[in-house]
Amino acid sequence: MATQPGEVQAALSRRYGAGFVTDIESHSLPPGLGEDTIRALSAIKEEPEWMTEWRLAAYRRWLKMTPPNWAHLKLGAIDFQAISYYSAPKNKPKSLAEVDPKLLETYDKLGVPLHERAKLAGVAVDAVFDSVSVANTARDQLAKVGVIFCSMSEAIREHGDLVRQYLGTVVPQGDNFFAALNSAVFSDGSFVFIPKGVRCPMELSTYFRINAGHTGQFERTLIIAEEASTVSYLEGCTAPMRDENQLHAAVVELVALEKANIKYSTVQNWYPGDENGKGGIYNFVTKRGECRGDDSRITWTQVETGSAITWKYPSCVLRGDRSVGEFHSVALTNNYQQADTGTKMIHIGRDTKSKIVSKGISAGRSQNSYRGLVKVEKGALNARNHTRCDSILIGKKCGSHTFPYMEVKNPTAIVEHEATTSKISDDQLFYCRSRGIGEEDAVSMIVDGFCKQVFRELPMEFAVEAKKLLEVSLEGAIG
Amino acid sequence: MLKIENLHARVAGKEILKGLSLEAKSGEVHAIMGPNGAGKSTLGNVLAGRPGYEVTQGTVTFDGNNLLEMEPEVRAAAGLFLAFQYPVEIPGVNNTYFLRAALNAQRKARGAEELDSMQFLKLVRERVKEMGMTPDLLNRAVNEGFSGGEKKRNEVFQMAVLEPRLAILDETDSGLDIDALKQVAEGVNRLRSPERSFLVITHYQRLLDYIVPDFVHVLADGCIVESGDATLAKELEAHGYAWVRDRTPAEAQA
Ligand SMILES: Nc1ncnc2c1ncn2[C@@H]1O[C@H](COP(=O)(O)OP(=O)(O)OP(=O)(O)O)[C@@H](O)[C@H]1O
Ligand SMILES: [Mg+2]
Repeated sequence: MATQPGEVQAALSRRYGAGFVTDIESHSLPPGLGEDTIRALSAIKEEPEWMTEWRLAAYRRWLKMTPPNWAHLKLGAIDFQAISYYSAPKNKPKSLAEVDPKLLETYDKLGVPLHERAKLAGVAVDAVFDSVSVANTARDQLAKVGVIFCSMSEAIREHGDLVRQYLGTVVPQGDNFFAALNSAVFSDGSFVFIPKGVRCPMELSTYFRINAGHTGQFERTLIIAEEASTVSYLEGCTAPMRDENQLHAAVVELVALEKANIKYSTVQNWYPGDENGKGGIYNFVTKRGECRGDDSRITWTQVETGSAITWKYPSCVLRGDRSVGEFHSVALTNNYQQADTGTKMIHIGRDTKSKIVSKGISAGRSQNSYRGLVKVEKGALNARNHTRCDSILIGKKCGSHTFPYMEVKNPTAIVEHEATTSKISDDQLFYCRSRGIGEEDAVSMIVDGFCKQVFRELPMEFAVEAKKLLEVSLEGAIG
Repeated sequence: MLKIENLHARVAGKEILKGLSLEAKSGEVHAIMGPNGAGKSTLGNVLAGRPGYEVTQGTVTFDGNNLLEMEPEVRAAAGLFLAFQYPVEIPGVNNTYFLRAALNAQRKARGAEELDSMQFLKLVRERVKEMGMTPDLLNRAVNEGFSGGEKKRNEVFQMAVLEPRLAILDETDSGLDIDALKQVAEGVNRLRSPERSFLVITHYQRLLDYIVPDFVHVLADGCIVESGDATLAKELEAHGYAWVRDRTPAEAQA
């Protein structure tokens, strides 16, 4: 026998490093969902009337919808009445100094030293703890160039017109079951506005954490890049260990106007459940960007290692002529994780281009699916797409699946798809070991190499984090 | 340094090595020749500890320690190096990064200081020059898209950086152009010292003009059937392996 199944397997089953619970009193709504809950939520957040109505409209739509079951996932029923739709640290601090030291400690454990990081890396950090933003730095610097970077709640109060103009225009309320739910009950999230001609002077970053028990998280993020502006946004998340599955249903909307450029990067590390598949986060996210203006560009880059179940298809609607959409993804699943991710590229404008690079890594008994749709509408003259899907299997009990869909309604389109599936080869592993590199390091080195193409797309400090994350997630994976 | 006694090994359920014995002392260069499929690469793989190569009988000691009990990475740290007949490609993993990880893993295992990037780069630059490597190869992924000869040269380059105490070169000369052959031979000769030993597996006498061996062995059907000095290689070149078989029918069938 070549490498014993037990060996890679042993290297994959390491305990989740970020599993701890911060003991901060939460101010929460009781579990349950109804129009009253939504009104109460909206009232707590001091929202204007139009927002309350918008939520209620979404709720009424949601009531008529059924959860999707087409994805390549095994999923238990979710009891939406058992979830609390609002929870926030009790005393909302006005500055970092007022932030509960325990919370800062939590961030420290996760390696997110707010102050240092913000200063050293020139990153503005808008940390979302549970449902409310509790810390926000570097805003003055951004304000100078007219960039707005704040929590969604604040944006609704302070920049109501902008929110009202763009909210739900990329992901409509009734888009899908989880987007409708999110529209009804979203708690908080980030709002970014880059005015015409401005190159955002720093990488924008938000850290999400799920903390209070039984708390669904429903972030809502809206990024608007006006004409000829540029922004790079980083999202990272990690959650503490939990026994029950926790629902997460975020909506992210990106709007790129003429010649605007939005880069959205995610490193996602939610608790995936233990070796037996118990616990872990259910992650149902709707992420969509619209290249609304000509010559605009949206790039999604994601590194996914977390969640029990992931259902996520960051998409680009290429409406503007010559607009470009890119999707670079690394998805790693281990133990009993299930991931069904991919992208949708909708070509509407002329001479639009899209590029998809997907790297799937499956270990343990996990199932890793790529599901991608490339759609070329009638008017999309000379649309181009190139898709490359590579999967690598570690061990014999995991699965990797590729579902590429194409709908081409314009004959001038060129749509290319390449796919490969390989095993971490015993030859590669032995080669590394024969040079003195231990088995675990060899596996993470080979996997890192496999993901290089995507890591290159990540901002520098994120690339380092992503690499670390893969190493941690792969420990015990040899088999 | 290396002592192999009555080694029997199976691959995929088939016995390939059938009672092979060989001793290499410090400072010696042993050439191993033999027909295709005789088990030469199998020997190299067994010595390096490749999973799937099952030793059913016999012993191998390296500096007096039981080599067969050690994990491959432990053997490497102990100073054993195998230059592969078919080096594998590792896409996306930078060649220099790989080599530094290897060297530092070995040093760490031996309790030596790890080299920082400056020290390592200095070492690598020297070796690159000595080996006549195209510096460009350092910045590419390990063996990815390397030509056959470039892969072989990269193996010897790795050897030059890792400075093993026992190096097994498995047909490192095959596929090399004349200049590369000389450079590879020089690389080996530069490392030759009273503390180091080499097993040089080759089909061609030509390499042995450059790396003059202390001993030449003929490996046929899983065991050593003939041993001699450098002149044996020349005779083999002239007469072929049938000549050995005819001379020592009893041993060859043992
Ligand atoms: N993984 C394997 N599965 C099955 N048979 C194998 C395997 N590896 C080696 N063998 C067989 O073992 C025998 C010896 O192979 P080996 O590679 O050691 O020969 P060699 O002496 O190095 O030959 P060459 O000069 O052609 O390199 C061959 O018959 C080969 O087919
Ligand atoms: Mg061979």
